[in-house]
Amino acid sequence: MLKYKHFFLLPGLIVLVAIIIFPLLFTIRVSFSSWDVVKPGLDWLGGKNYERLFVDLRFWEALFKLSLMAAGSVLIQYLIGFSLALLVWRDVIMKRFIRVLFLVPMMTTPVIMTVIWRTILHESLGPANDIVRMFGFEHLTWLSTSGMAMFSVILVEVWQWTPFMFLLLLAGLLSLPKEPYMAAAIDGAGPLRTFFSVTFPLMAPISAGAILIRLIEASKMMETVYVLTSGGPGTATETASYYIYIRGLRDYQIGYAASLSFTYLIVMIISLTIIAKVMTRKIIRD
Amino acid sequence: MMRTTYLLLKYTAILIWSSFVVLPFLWALTTSFKTAHGITSGATYIPWLQYEPSLEGWKVLVRTGGAGINIVQPYISSMVVTVGASLISLALGTLAAYGLSRFTYRLGFIKNSDIRFFFISQRIMPPIVLAIPFFLMLQYFGLLDSIIGLIIVYIALLLPIATWVMVDFFNNILREIDEMATIDGCNPIGAFFRVILPNSLPGIVVAGLFCLIFGWNDFFFAFILTFTKTQLLPVAVVALNSSVTPWWSLSASALVSVAPLVIIAFVVERFLSSGNMAGAIR
Repeated sequence: MLKYKHFFLLPGLIVLVAIIIFPLLFTIRVSFSSWDVVKPGLDWLGGKNYERLFVDLRFWEALFKLSLMAAGSVLIQYLIGFSLALLVWRDVIMKRFIRVLFLVPMMTTPVIMTVIWRTILHESLGPANDIVRMFGFEHLTWLSTSGMAMFSVILVEVWQWTPFMFLLLLAGLLSLPKEPYMAAAIDGAGPLRTFFSVTFPLMAPISAGAILIRLIEASKMMETVYVLTSGGPGTATETASYYIYIRGLRDYQIGYAASLSFTYLIVMIISLTIIAKVMTRKIIRD
Repeated sequence: MMRTTYLLLKYTAILIWSSFVVLPFLWALTTSFKTAHGITSGATYIPWLQYEPSLEGWKVLVRTGGAGINIVQPYISSMVVTVGASLISLALGTLAAYGLSRFTYRLGFIKNSDIRFFFISQRIMPPIVLAIPFFLMLQYFGLLDSIIGLIIVYIALLLPIATWVMVDFFNNILREIDEMATIDGCNPIGAFFRVILPNSLPGIVVAGLFCLIFGWNDFFFAFILTFTKTQLLPVAVVALNSSVTPWWSLSASALVSVAPLVIIAFVVERFLSSGNMAGAIR
């Protein structure tokens, strides 16, 4: 019996350890070396890289901007995704067509759609400013001022990933029990009352799960930024991943980039764990 | 009266969001028929009326040589890498998922649920953290800029997804089936291949579709681990984004690249709307 069960698990486990855990350990080791373009190789530098990143403001700012853009886009995705799911939950014409339409963005290649978005947001030749002008507003500097550039990154993220929220929340709505709704109807609760005292509390666990999954994915954000703004203007939209990419694979400061990426991973795991704990505690208390 | 107002608001909201969703696709479609003149004169939308349409943007996609940008080769490479990595991940993931769902493993304090979490938690790993060791290791083995190297890297991306979907699937199909097969004299491995696998086709198809989507859509690893010999589709399209952009061929190649995904979207919707997804995130 011992032999049989290992036949199933071991191949996958070994491959996973070989191509994820081993490289991770390697990164940690490299982070204690001075590996760079001048002197490639594993020497021992001690904690020098970590001392340097501790005072590297650009890294901490990148983490801050990342959390701003991740939190902002996930929150908007949740609000829109939930609203859309509520709208098509019960009866809607062309049900299947609308659902497929709402799902399509998350299936399509993010970088490729971002390239298209870049042409849309082009300040003089793209349709974005054309539409803005149609509504009688001044034309907008979509990608060339820091506030707007951040907004544009969030806009594209929202376009791409609201479908994911929509999908999970719709599945959640479809699996809700019927009884609480009957009780609410008997009590004479209106649609708003029913939403806030029945639907929303029942959906809390799924909401938390969906938000957490999206936060995990959003905190890796880098491709949208690379294609849309290249981190600019200046470093206004530079995320942690993108900054590490510049240090590691453009400046070839491998050792330093390794220490940055390990720190980034730790910060990410700690903050996501805290967020998960806070959300589950709140749900249990309610 | 209230009902009519509600319906009006509801369909207005759906219409606004739908327009937002289709905007990039329609814009890409109309741009793909433009020439330099149709683009530099500002945003135009309707062919013949606002600009003179041309097929140039589509023709260069298959043309070789100086003026062409030929995306046929990247298309094939993308397919080989995506399908190859998906098949391997699917095989390993299905086996591991079956094991995790049917047998008890124990290694010190590590139990089944911990191993399962270990598989799924790999999705948290930001690609950039693995980028440096992947780069150095592929360089060491001479696999940089090669199809094989990319397939190996993509397994890291797809194996957790395949395992996740399949564990959920096996937990939901009847255990009686494998018990019956074992009674009929099959050992667990024989039972798996002769009875379980044929009955798991729906789950395998779904896991496979997820692998194909994630593999096809990855840009970052293909971007940092290939240079000239091997080029995948997203990298080829993004490369058109630099310097003086020929928006027409950019749009045409973007549409060609995402077309298979739109078809997959129809298949996936059928599965997802049956409510299976809600179980997966709990």
